[in-house]
Amino acid sequence: MTSLPTETTGKKLGLVIDLDTCVGCHACVVNCKEWNTGGYGAPLADLDAYGAEPVGSWLNRIHTFEVTPEDAPASIVHFPKSCLHCDDAPCVTVCPTGASYKRGEDGIVLVDENMCIGCGLCAWACPYGAREMDPVENVMKKCTLCVDRIYNDNLPKEDQIPACVRTCPAEARHFGDLGDPESDISKLVAERGGMDLMPEMGTKPVNKYLPPRPKTHSHVEPEAPKAKALDAKGFLGWLDKTLEAL
Amino acid sequence: MHPAISVIFFTVTSGAGFGFLTLIGLGVPLPESGVGAFFASLIAGGLAVIGLISSTFHLGRPERAWRAFSQWRSSWLSREGVCAVITLVLFALYALNWVFFDNRIVWLGLFVSIGSIATVFTTAMIYTQMKSVPVWNNILTPVCYLLFSLTCGTLLAGSFGYWEAAVVSLPFFALVSIVVAWGAKLMWWQSGETLSSRGSDTGTATGLGSIGKVKLLEKPHSGENYLTKEMVHQIGRKHADKLRMIALLIGAGLPIVVCIIMLIAGANGLLFAVAALAMIAGLFVERWLFFAEAKHAVSLYY
Ligand code: SF4
Ligand code: SF4
Ligand code: SF4
Repeated sequence: MTSLPTETTGKKLGLVIDLDTCVGCHACVVNCKEWNTGGYGAPLADLDAYGAEPVGSWLNRIHTFEVTPEDAPASIVHFPKSCLHCDDAPCVTVCPTGASYKRGEDGIVLVDENMCIGCGLCAWACPYGAREMDPVENVMKKCTLCVDRIYNDNLPKEDQIPACVRTCPAEARHFGDLGDPESDISKLVAERGGMDLMPEMGTKPVNKYLPPRPKTHSHVEPEAPKAKALDAKGFLGWLDKTLEAL
Repeated sequence: MHPAISVIFFTVTSGAGFGFLTLIGLGVPLPESGVGAFFASLIAGGLAVIGLISSTFHLGRPERAWRAFSQWRSSWLSREGVCAVITLVLFALYALNWVFFDNRIVWLGLFVSIGSIATVFTTAMIYTQMKSVPVWNNILTPVCYLLFSLTCGTLLAGSFGYWEAAVVSLPFFALVSIVVAWGAKLMWWQSGETLSSRGSDTGTATGLGSIGKVKLLEKPHSGENYLTKEMVHQIGRKHADKLRMIALLIGAGLPIVVCIIMLIAGANGLLFAVAALAMIAGLFVERWLFFAEAKHAVSLYY
């Protein structure tokens, strides 16, 4: 059923991404692709992988933005983007087949790939571009929050978190229950002023982004090194003058 | 948005087909039985069916298309499928009685009309519901779809040459509906909601707008991807103004001139057919623009 769940446990699993510490290394992207090519659902395919125009499906992509404040030089912000597991997920209600659904027990938004007809409507409905059609299987792919890791008792405890979180060398990615105000991750959001992306779209994202910490601006204008006046004497002075005159 | 031919073809032809079905159901004068009735049914039903079939070419897994009938409680696409099938089944019964027994059953016709209008409305709602595409997310979208559908239906009905029995002069009715339909479309073009009119920009998309001006420095991957191909389509906007003029000239201007000629010189089935074809051709351009010009929120990330 592609109505949003009416019975929920209040649990909202999701990610918190720290835009202050992300270094844009794409390690999370690669590990996501690796895990999800062997895990839940169809492998994440690539076409023309070694050719001139490679394309493929990815569940997480890192964009890089330049932010220029009024009174300070520009800075670079790396921006990982994946499904935000929205509370009011438009990608779920548009689905004609029931393949796209949100789980009542933990809020994860998933696609049942055996039911998906590949109509692409859910990808249209998502304002964030978090869904991609697999070019080989022709079914919709999206972040599963590594549902096949987080509840998987066959894995060591430290691996029972999403692959991207596990791999991030900068610890810019955090996983937890955003529905519980007492969870570590909720406290982190409160402390750092975690924000929603495009709240005006009314999707109520679960994932939050931590803004870059304010930079300390030096108020002294950086001085451009001035060219030193040449006043060489003797042979060098003569050479300088002669060359100048040429 | 990427203007996929299958979807353009689907919305235009099934719109025209269901528009004709609406008028047939309402009892617009047409051949009483036999071959004429058969052809009218074939064209109306055929257009509707061809359109629906072409829409399945847009699917990644067309063999599972039947699953799309299940979520009518929540999904407009599913509702559309259900409405279309019910309407076509009702029409098949209606057409049988009409072609073989000279009997146009009035109550059945009314259900066909209601079903046809509901089908076109649900088609339009698939686009209208998308908050991620502000220009579609507009009350005028279904208004335009419905008016275009009825206008095409009127012109097609006129092509059968039974306008004399009509309560209103068919060329006059057609003229009014062409003007009203394209008037609504002009309003739609004018009212054009945009991402920025809804308060979205790269600043809100990244949440970084409060810090300063946000600009993309580097895309996630150097190549294209599903999102950029499907939703960050740019080509359409370049020639939009010219294409709008072409759509108006062929889809509105030509049929209007034809209707005026008919008002002066008398109705003529062939002229109606010319007007219908011109209108449909104009709508192909209009529909191409409907997709190509529409800007999706994800373009803010690219
Ligand atoms: S981010 Fe997009 S795909 Fe994910 S739940 Fe929200 S609307 Fe759906
Ligand atoms: S692409 Fe698949 S999951 Fe998405 S709306 Fe269509 S059927 Fe549902
Ligand atoms: S692994 Fe961590 S630091 Fe690297 S791109 Fe992903 S979130 Fe950023």
